[in-house]
Amino acid sequence: MNFSKLTISSALAIGLMASAPMTTMAADSADPIKIVVNNWSSQVVLSNIIGQLLQSKGLNVEYKSSDTQLQYTAMTAGDMDFQVEVWEGSQAESFDKAVKAGVIDLGSHTAVTREDWWYPTYMKEMCPGLPDWKALDACAAKLATAETGKKGRFVGPPADWGKHYSDRIQALKMNFQEVPVGQAATLWAELQAAYDRKEPVVIFNWTPNFIEAKFEGEFVEFPTYEPACLTDKKWGSNPDAVYDCGAPAKGYLKKAGSKQLGEKWPAATAMLKKVNFTNAMIASAAALVDVDGMTPEDAAKKWIATNETTWKTWVN
Amino acid sequence: MTVFSAMAEPGRGTDHKSRYIEAVALGLTLLLTVFLFKFYPETDKWPTEWVVPFREWVTSAFAWFATFAKPATRAIAWFITQPLALVEAMLYRGLPAWGWHPLPWTAVVAGTTILGHWIGGRRLALFSGLSCFYLAIFGLWPDAMQTLAIVIVTVPLAAALGLALGIWATRNPSVERKLNTMFDVMQATPHMAYLVPVIILFGFGQVPALLATLIFAMPPMARCTILGIRTVPSEILEAGRMSGCTPSQLLWKVELPASQQTLLLGLNQVVMQTLAMAVIASLVGASGLGQKLLFSLQQLQVGKAVEQGIAITLIAIVLDLMTQAFMHRTPPRFPEGASSLRRHRHLATFIVATMIAIIVALMVPALAVFPKEFMWSFAGPINDGVRWVSKNLFSTIKPVRDWITIWLLLPMRDFYLWLPWPVVLGVPALIGLKLGGPRLALVPVVLFGFLMLAGFWTPLIFTIYLVTACTVLCILIGVPVGIWASRSARVARVVMAICDTLQTFPSFIYLIPVIMLFQTSDLSNVIAMLFYATVPAIRYTYLGMKRVPQTVLEASTASGATRSQNLWKVELPIAFPEIMLGINQTIMFALAMVAITALIGSRDLGQEIYKALPGADTGRGLLAGLGIAFIGITADRLIGAWAKRRKAELGLM
Repeated sequence: MNFSKLTISSALAIGLMASAPMTTMAADSADPIKIVVNNWSSQVVLSNIIGQLLQSKGLNVEYKSSDTQLQYTAMTAGDMDFQVEVWEGSQAESFDKAVKAGVIDLGSHTAVTREDWWYPTYMKEMCPGLPDWKALDACAAKLATAETGKKGRFVGPPADWGKHYSDRIQALKMNFQEVPVGQAATLWAELQAAYDRKEPVVIFNWTPNFIEAKFEGEFVEFPTYEPACLTDKKWGSNPDAVYDCGAPAKGYLKKAGSKQLGEKWPAATAMLKKVNFTNAMIASAAALVDVDGMTPEDAAKKWIATNETTWKTWVN
Repeated sequence: MTVFSAMAEPGRGTDHKSRYIEAVALGLTLLLTVFLFKFYPETDKWPTEWVVPFREWVTSAFAWFATFAKPATRAIAWFITQPLALVEAMLYRGLPAWGWHPLPWTAVVAGTTILGHWIGGRRLALFSGLSCFYLAIFGLWPDAMQTLAIVIVTVPLAAALGLALGIWATRNPSVERKLNTMFDVMQATPHMAYLVPVIILFGFGQVPALLATLIFAMPPMARCTILGIRTVPSEILEAGRMSGCTPSQLLWKVELPASQQTLLLGLNQVVMQTLAMAVIASLVGASGLGQKLLFSLQQLQVGKAVEQGIAITLIAIVLDLMTQAFMHRTPPRFPEGASSLRRHRHLATFIVATMIAIIVALMVPALAVFPKEFMWSFAGPINDGVRWVSKNLFSTIKPVRDWITIWLLLPMRDFYLWLPWPVVLGVPALIGLKLGGPRLALVPVVLFGFLMLAGFWTPLIFTIYLVTACTVLCILIGVPVGIWASRSARVARVVMAICDTLQTFPSFIYLIPVIMLFQTSDLSNVIAMLFYATVPAIRYTYLGMKRVPQTVLEASTASGATRSQNLWKVELPIAFPEIMLGINQTIMFALAMVAITALIGSRDLGQEIYKALPGADTGRGLLAGLGIAFIGITADRLIGAWAKRRKAELGLM
């Protein structure tokens, strides 16, 4: 076979590659930094931007796709090294646990995040008084389906995202039922279908997100979040229950690194600490993929080419 | 099941009457027991404080084992990384350190075409080549090569492992018994359930994905090996022994060559199962077509996902056709004294074509990496089409959807959930007792009872409810379609083509249009399962009807039977064993889809497996996976016993 020669040489090459010296940032290891890639566009583009910037400094990178919860197990074990988007709303619990187990908090972005109930703008005509949650509650009958009976249907996040929306419905005595989906794609399919038919729909959504570029809508305003709401039953309108409030409207967006990151790649770690994206930057980076249809790799290249002043401050 | 009760034999009036009384008495007793059980809370719902923490035990045992076995598991991972790295370097990575490029797409297209020609002639060559070209022209090349790399490494490993286990089993009957039980459970457990323990033991990425695939794809090979060796005609074995074969010569020179066809069937199944894992494996970090497909769906780009799904299907079909053709291949005969170049013309062309492609690609970059300007996509029209359907068909579908939900699904679900637990355990046990004796009665009690003890009662009931609803609909659709196909060759061709596509096309994709039309609901789950699980009902009915001897039909027509009498009194009873096997397979397929429905949103055991993934909760994932297997095993044993009885009653045995 003509491959046999290639086979032998390839095997040799792989052996050699491990020991080959590389020109890198001073004292940084030549092993690839493993960047976590999740399955939504802004995160993928941002990861590619960081990866390409690190590569331009002579470092090796490798992209590892992972679930948002699994990544912390992987980062604790040193199987993955860097995550550019840590969301307060959905990941705070597992992130805090991971930090205790050795994962490093690399600081916050300027960007803030929000995750809560969300509806398309045309619903304002159907349910006057929105975005107030009481107006939504009064509108429950319009959101009822065969399965929920007389109750309004709220298309909730996957059951394991730890959102306690059923608790909130009970605490606020709302006439709603939560129908949890299995994955984000299901949420968007529900939204797209309802949007095309101009039907009333309330789904779980978050920002920054590619959805903003494609659909017009806004968050439902629940009683403003305070930490006491989750711990003190007396807080809020229902004196006998916690969760009688909305989610924080300005949650953090952090970066996380593995324990070995600082030890093996000190210079790169210094740079990653300085990385800072704003909401506008994230939205425009995601739009390159979602609206312009570019691949995440090309979108990252384009972003780097047009935002030199921003990333220069991180690199030096 | 109405079809079969209608088949009850005529002319046994008195027997009928006593049976009727018996049934009424049984029904009344049952009703009374149900209300009695409902009266006491302990016999109605299994108290949560009686739940045994099996889940936690399994999780911590696994965590302990993982730390204990870490050197070994990491060594295995390293061992598997080596061939994988080699294939990856060849197909898409190249060796940047040496300045070596991966094989140019032109070389792979040419190579596949020549391989197709060598195995199956001109038509296969054309199809293989075009399929490969599809990957390039739709811009899926690097991802497809990543998926192909996993397939290329997994298939030989799974085949070798399966072969070894199979041979071992044929040498030792007690091993065979144990392996058979193990394979039953392994194949009935949804592939998603393998992912959790594999993550704990092997981490993330291509290698754990490869291992999970390996475990899932190996059993069919081992089974085919056992079957192949067992069915080698004894004359051939005698001839081998008489000519003085040692046991090892007997194995390699006689038994294995004689069972070649069956072994190749096993190989074929390994290939299919490997590609079936392509999407699932991306949940634990395998990159490739599956990962890109999930990403497309996450961005609502259904069109793109369809293109990626077709790519997976094409790879599966090409490999399937190649192994099939290899099974039926007659090695070409060459005239005495033909030159070795002529004997090996395919190999020679292969080498020359690859060399030329590599050299030309160095000069013309477009032949190394397919240029973006020439790429095609039909994603736009597909996106629009899906949205058009959801916009325009909804008003027609909504009343049907609501009717089925309100009058069929919800009452059924509420009824199942309402039943006290002793009844859920007791009724299948009674059926088992009647059909096959005390041993069979024990099966549902032990298996379902274990799930109840482990605290999976509600998801278990949800799963049984979804699978029953799905199976009933599958029979109502599949059996008539199968009969229809058996009546006309043209219909059969179309129906079988649709069946093939439904089985290989990644089911994740049609979840999205289903959600758009039916929303996140139980009905969506049932419909998603339906697409996949109707296939065996159709196929086996078709097969059974086709096997009815023409002479029997002619005889009954001659004795004045009408068309409908022919169908109900002659054809269906004769096709009965096949149809029963089809229903059995339908249940298995529906159970396999339970894990996938978790992605829509459900409350069944599949959801438990899916939820266990993020937290790497081994106990939850593994036990829920076993739960699905337990339902399958119970259904299989009960239906098997019933079919055996019916066959005996109909004088077919």
